[in-house]
Amino acid sequence: MNLNEILTGTLTGLIILVFAFVWQTTLSGVTRKIVGRFQKRYGPKFYQEFRDIFKLLTKTGVTHGWVYSFGVMMALGGIMGTAMFMPVMRFTAFPGLDNVFIYVYLFAVGMLGMAMSAVGSGNPLAGIGVMRALTQMVGYEVPFLVVVLAMVYGHGTASVSELAAVQQAAGIASWNLVRMPIGTVVGFICLLGMLGKKPFETFIAPAEIASGPMVEYGGKQLGMLMLLHEFSIFIEVSLFVNLFLGGAVTVVGFIIKYVGVFVLASLVSQALGRFKIDQVIRYFYRWPIALAVAQALIVVFLGWGV
Amino acid sequence: MGEGIIEKDKKLKEGWEGISRFFRANSLWMLMYCTGCCAIELPQAMTSRYDMERLGMGPMATPRQADVLLVTGYLSVKTLRRVIYAYEQMSTPKYLVAFGPCPINGGIYYDAYAVINRLDQYLPVDVYIAGCMPKPEAVMNGFQDLIDGIKNKTADGWKRYRDNYEWYRKNQIESLGELRIKDEFHE
Repeated sequence: MNLNEILTGTLTGLIILVFAFVWQTTLSGVTRKIVGRFQKRYGPKFYQEFRDIFKLLTKTGVTHGWVYSFGVMMALGGIMGTAMFMPVMRFTAFPGLDNVFIYVYLFAVGMLGMAMSAVGSGNPLAGIGVMRALTQMVGYEVPFLVVVLAMVYGHGTASVSELAAVQQAAGIASWNLVRMPIGTVVGFICLLGMLGKKPFETFIAPAEIASGPMVEYGGKQLGMLMLLHEFSIFIEVSLFVNLFLGGAVTVVGFIIKYVGVFVLASLVSQALGRFKIDQVIRYFYRWPIALAVAQALIVVFLGWGV
Repeated sequence: MGEGIIEKDKKLKEGWEGISRFFRANSLWMLMYCTGCCAIELPQAMTSRYDMERLGMGPMATPRQADVLLVTGYLSVKTLRRVIYAYEQMSTPKYLVAFGPCPINGGIYYDAYAVINRLDQYLPVDVYIAGCMPKPEAVMNGFQDLIDGIKNKTADGWKRYRDNYEWYRKNQIESLGELRIKDEFHE
């Protein structure tokens, strides 16, 4: 990599970041409106999420020690760094470096920063929330990685943009949604876990542990956490679109797929109640993992869907 | 030269304040202190009949995240201490909305031995909502008043509390008495 490539890559990455922020924040507001309509309400304006984030950034923020303040920065930086690597349509900031495992590792930096910062606030509910978030992460990462590893074995590449390109060869018939239907179901359930949507909302649980890790955040720090939340949703949904729905070539295709996945996840979340944390783990280690292993065996031994 | 820069700085600050007020007025997160009976009117105001989310309002779980503290009805001397803790934990700018007659003059509890009569002596109140209990229409109207107050700078309770802290503090101690805490953090 020479200097020129690094500069172009960074610039592309920054453009992807701005796009991710504007797009995902708008979509979150639109989803709030859709959910409102489902409950026979008007719902907020579609740009409500922007107003929330900017309001929080104009408020004062108290600190609970340098671990707390530094952890927020580390979390936001880690997640933004991860988002820069994400292939969007045909743009990849750092070609050849968009390996699946990059996301697993870099995403953990953000998660650990958040865990550090939340525990640094000293509130016991934050500690409980972080413990639940990390426990849930252990739950969904295993089935998700089994499916992804089967996919990597089948297609012979671990690069997300190449995995997306393989699926664009023959229209819908070559999407992993059709080639590996069981794996896609597992992927969607794990996506619900990653997003913290309702059946797997254990670590937020506002009525039970007062919004878990976020319990001591207010003002600027909470605004940064909301930014982080938008970026992490962007990473998770884009990863799902790239891995299972054949990525996207045009803007329209990307928008349709992304909106479909995110709105479906939000509506599923509206219809369900919340699991307890032990139920989450028991659930993930029973059905998704069995289906994931079945899908992996089909790909490896029968060679279907490759 | 110097005055020009100061003038420009002032204008910039005012512009920034104006933008901040726009965002604050349209995104109010509530912390509900629901020990009084007026709290029963909040579910209607929040759900599909009156839909508070239209105004950008929503419930929050902890004082640190919230902008508006709703005191729904009477406050006993014991709960007043908790309300003060919650209000002081909120990050500025913060607003306080009082429901019904009890925070104004005690309401039907005006002669009760364990209930405070005037909330305004202990914490700055931005909006009072009339009615015993206030109907959801009145609640929505009160929130609209708060939004207007934020826009035209009249809802400045947090500034009053900061400027007259000695006076508020004196009243709080008179009513509640000094608190002596004995644990490992305070020795």
